[in-house]
Amino acid sequence: MNPINYLYLSALLFTIGGAGVLFRRNAIIVFMCVELMLNACNLAFVTFARLHGNLDGQIFAFFTMVVAAAEVVVGLAIIVTFFRSRHSASVDDASLMKL
Amino acid sequence: MTGIIHSLWTTAADPALPLDRIPTPKIEYAQLSPVLIVFGAAVLGVLVEALLPRRGRYVAQLGVSVVGLAAAFAAIVALAADGYASTKSHIAAMGAVAVDGPALFLQGTIVLVALVAAFTFAERRLDPLVHGRRVDSFAAQGAAVPGSEQEQRAVRAGFTTTEVFPLLLFAVAGMMIFPAANDLLTLFVSLEVFSLPLYLLCALARRHRLLSQESAVKYFLLGAFSSAILLFGIALLYGYAGTISYGGIADVVSGTARMTPALANTTANDALLLIGGSMVVVGLLFKVAAVPFHMWTPDVYQGAPTPVTGFMAAATKVAAFGALLRLLYVVLPGLRWDWRPVMWGVAIATMVIGAVVAVTQTDVKRLLAYSSIAHAGFILAGVIAVSPDGVSSVLFYLAAYSFVTLGAFAVVTLVRDAGGEATHLSRWAGLGRRSPLVAAVFAVFLLAFAGIPLTSGFAGKFAVFKAAAQAGAVPLVIVGVISSAVAAFFYIRVIVLMFFSEPQPGGPSVAVPSPLTVTAITAGAVMTLVLGVAPQYFLDLAGKASVFVR
Repeated sequence: MNPINYLYLSALLFTIGGAGVLFRRNAIIVFMCVELMLNACNLAFVTFARLHGNLDGQIFAFFTMVVAAAEVVVGLAIIVTFFRSRHSASVDDASLMKL
Repeated sequence: MTGIIHSLWTTAADPALPLDRIPTPKIEYAQLSPVLIVFGAAVLGVLVEALLPRRGRYVAQLGVSVVGLAAAFAAIVALAADGYASTKSHIAAMGAVAVDGPALFLQGTIVLVALVAAFTFAERRLDPLVHGRRVDSFAAQGAAVPGSEQEQRAVRAGFTTTEVFPLLLFAVAGMMIFPAANDLLTLFVSLEVFSLPLYLLCALARRHRLLSQESAVKYFLLGAFSSAILLFGIALLYGYAGTISYGGIADVVSGTARMTPALANTTANDALLLIGGSMVVVGLLFKVAAVPFHMWTPDVYQGAPTPVTGFMAAATKVAAFGALLRLLYVVLPGLRWDWRPVMWGVAIATMVIGAVVAVTQTDVKRLLAYSSIAHAGFILAGVIAVSPDGVSSVLFYLAAYSFVTLGAFAVVTLVRDAGGEATHLSRWAGLGRRSPLVAAVFAVFLLAFAGIPLTSGFAGKFAVFKAAAQAGAVPLVIVGVISSAVAAFFYIRVIVLMFFSEPQPGGPSVAVPSPLTVTAITAGAVMTLVLGVAPQYFLDLAGKASVFVR
């Protein structure tokens, strides 16, 4: 199969993730959509690594996974404290500072 | 095509290349010492947190932070004196980190800013005593629900979040690598290394905890979104050039790279370069808070604990502009006819919207946030001048601006009422009558923001606009001067409010700070005046440090 197709898939996944971040209202879902975007990047990296025949992209994918894991730790901590103090994870409720 | 694809797997499995012939990477530890010292201090801070009893932690953490940052600054000065900023500048750690003039200058600025910020983090005299103990501006226990029994227990027990010091140091280390990153992997990892601690620091305010948590959620979700965009841009650039090193990509862009068949397949596709490059730039513009990627700034600056806001406003801007400069000047100079018009638009929008929206603000922290957006626009004007003058003016502006910002936010921590900091502007009315000294110092910072002569703001703005005008961006300079005038209006309005209106009955009082905050404010004021009255030495320093290594 032509590896270019994986690039199309990765762009599609990235777009789905981006649309989810913009349109969904639950902080957890928004965060999952960000993770989907990161994984779409991974797919693109691995595909390009195969196209170019060098390993940089594969190494990058590993680093992305580690960074995504670290981001989950920090992100869930923040979202859970937010949820516990207002019993809602909706980003629409985060409006104390709106003028 | 299939032959090219499979060459990778056959060479990787080649028995003619035994493991001991794979070269070990060469790391120049001495040249990376500033960053390594800060990382070491951060790890030491984590150990302090784990091993020391609670009452000893505050002093130990403050000591570790101050000593670590001072040592890192000494290491930077030693490297610069050794010639790494000019003649010996080169790329260390197997092409990952540049040791050159801009990197060392910005690292020095970031470390000094962090040192001053550490003092404001450690301030414990502003809040009234809680159960007989002094408290700082950070939550007793970050995990406790605001207003809950658990939180009251934590407060009664005298808990303090001394973890803020290691978090600060990790953020500083990431910020130091960010402008020195010389490949896209280092760029991305250092971005996350400094962003993740900042998200946490934002959530840890002692007062107004709901606001603080809200700002952390906003900052985190938008920050993660922007770094995902940056990452996809990196993937496309990698696909375009087949390498993630800055020099390698620049060679492919300018067409001097050796063309392999695999490269010929993808480099013909300029869409990868244009989309990838713009997505990476978007990720960086988010961090510098340029319009239209600025929406997070006012909310995050308002909600975060004020010492954190000061640190974030100053140091993040320095680091992110450093990375943006290196990307545009080292990776994409061959593309400048494409990115310059776009950056023109972004700079104009940033200056105008930042200045105009700031006029309507009623909260002093939000006001400073919009002012920081406007300043990002002024700095972008210097970035657009693709010349050594442009680089040196941006370096000088960043150094000048960061100390003014730190000082201004440190003053904001002092003006307090029963509910904590009184940040609403109406509460500041008549402050000059009650506390002339504090109001006068704040006025100096505001005048520096406005760019009045004899302050560092004027010298910085003059340098930036001069570089932009010499590069032919005269319309940009005109817009810049007009929006400076608009910005001056609201800075002067605050000064008038402080000095020429009647103090409110029951208005806020000015807390008497400990020597820590006094040092921070003094450092900010002294830098503001020195860089304003005698800027030449620092301009020369920035001028000497303005050449990127390739």
